[in-house]
Amino acid sequence: MSPIISVSNLTKSYASGFTALKGIDLDINRGEIFALLGPNGAGKTTMISIICGIANATSGKVTVDGHDIARDYRAARSLIGLVPQELHTDAFESVWATVSFSRGLFGKPKNPALIEKILKDLSLWDKKDNKIITLSGGMKRRVMIAKALSHEPQILFLDEPTAGVDVELRKGMWEVVRTLRAAGVTVILTTHYIEEAEEMADRIGVINKGEIILIEEKTKLMEQLGKKQLKLYLQGKVTEIPASLAHYNLELAADGHQLIYSYDTKSERTGITSLLGDLRESGIRFSDLDTTQSSLEDIFVSLVRK
Amino acid sequence: MNFRAVRAIYLFEMARTWRTVLQSIVSPVISTSLYFVVFGAAIGSRITSIEGVSYGTFIVPGLVMLSVLTQSISNASFGIYFPKFTGTIYELLSAPVSYVEVVLGYVGAAATKSILLGLIILATAGLFVPLHILHPWWMLTFLVLTAVTFSLFGFIIGIWADGFEKLQAIPLLVVTPLTFLGGSFYSVSMLPSGWRTVTLLNPVVYLISGFRWSFYEISDVSVGWSIGVTCMFLVICMFVVWWIFKTGYKLKN
Repeated sequence: MSPIISVSNLTKSYASGFTALKGIDLDINRGEIFALLGPNGAGKTTMISIICGIANATSGKVTVDGHDIARDYRAARSLIGLVPQELHTDAFESVWATVSFSRGLFGKPKNPALIEKILKDLSLWDKKDNKIITLSGGMKRRVMIAKALSHEPQILFLDEPTAGVDVELRKGMWEVVRTLRAAGVTVILTTHYIEEAEEMADRIGVINKGEIILIEEKTKLMEQLGKKQLKLYLQGKVTEIPASLAHYNLELAADGHQLIYSYDTKSERTGITSLLGDLRESGIRFSDLDTTQSSLEDIFVSLVRK
Repeated sequence: MNFRAVRAIYLFEMARTWRTVLQSIVSPVISTSLYFVVFGAAIGSRITSIEGVSYGTFIVPGLVMLSVLTQSISNASFGIYFPKFTGTIYELLSAPVSYVEVVLGYVGAAATKSILLGLIILATAGLFVPLHILHPWWMLTFLVLTAVTFSLFGFIIGIWADGFEKLQAIPLLVVTPLTFLGGSFYSVSMLPSGWRTVTLLNPVVYLISGFRWSFYEISDVSVGWSIGVTCMFLVICMFVVWWIFKTGYKLKN
């Protein structure tokens, strides 16, 4: 199936000479949840802004469901709902009015029943007549999500949707995202909560300094990079790894007081039993041990540091 | 054409008008009434008449124009500046709307508001002095043309401004002096001949002159010139708006 969003060789540089995006190539699959991770200033928001029509690209091409975002901007934009990172709201409008306005702006006929459903799903129904200025930050965030959903988009961009939202609301929000995905909506989200991406996303892209440095299925990423480590806390100091243990590729750490053994949980033999046996034979004793599995966060940090 | 979007923007802007009715309707009506009291009654009683029209009556078209001009600019500039200021403009830029639709919505609402205001002020003036309008259709034409043209001009200022100071600067430093020197309170023929020539460079003179002609058939310049200059300014504003959206000037970084 053809990708719903196709970005090719997208660049963005500013008059100041700063280059925010350096030739981005990215395909988003229909119906997936794609998480875009990256440190602050990596270019996440810039890329989203270009795809949605808020900023102009310097060069490159973006198509949304086959429609060029510059030439067929109407067709492209009417498929997209955007929830930006900052809380931009009309302070003095009511929740109902602002959400209905969004639907009209996107050229859709009035549908009070749909707006009612969206507000109820986002637990905003009892606030529908309140002015936005009276709402809490988390509620404003949900108002913005309601605005984006009001015109029934096929693609939803969520730029840091859960920043400043408490745990319970965050869970509710993810419930909405799951429902949308089940209905066939493609969701692209950026987040700083890596565990969220780990839990929600089908695929993960990592962007750093204006370049995509990795795009991978989440499960494959976890398999590929998700090695497990066995850490042995030694009783005495070891200056050199004995030759009999060389084939284990052990690492000496903590100034000779720790041995680290990396292994693959997926392989048939992890080699732990024979390692422990060989250690005893070579007279190395240990007082404690633990095993750790790298999380997406570790993978992310190691990628960005490179 | 995304008519639903035009409608949404237009109604949204009109809703803002009703929310701020004190500031947008009541305050210009009060200030215009004060002009009538000061110029019409207090000072005007000492001036006999201008070209056969009593002074109080003479200043009515000028005062209406004064309000329509300044209110068109401030409505339209604030209407588009505010979303830029609060950041809600993101939605407008990401919506499937063309610039023609955006302009129709914003400028249409701003112009509607100032036309209504112009008519309200005219009615208020009727309480102070007897009114007679010789060419009501021409009067309306001038009113609509001015409201639309200066709403477009205000729209441009609203996009250009990146702070509240800039937003106020053009109306205060350029438009207000031009309107006061545009013959609202006097006939250009009352000026010394040198100043009369300089005055003809002021576009507002043509607006007020044409508008006054539709009331009393007295004018400083010919009606043809009045319409010509107004339409020329309209076309210039349209061109600038077209350029703004084509380049994304101050809208898309």
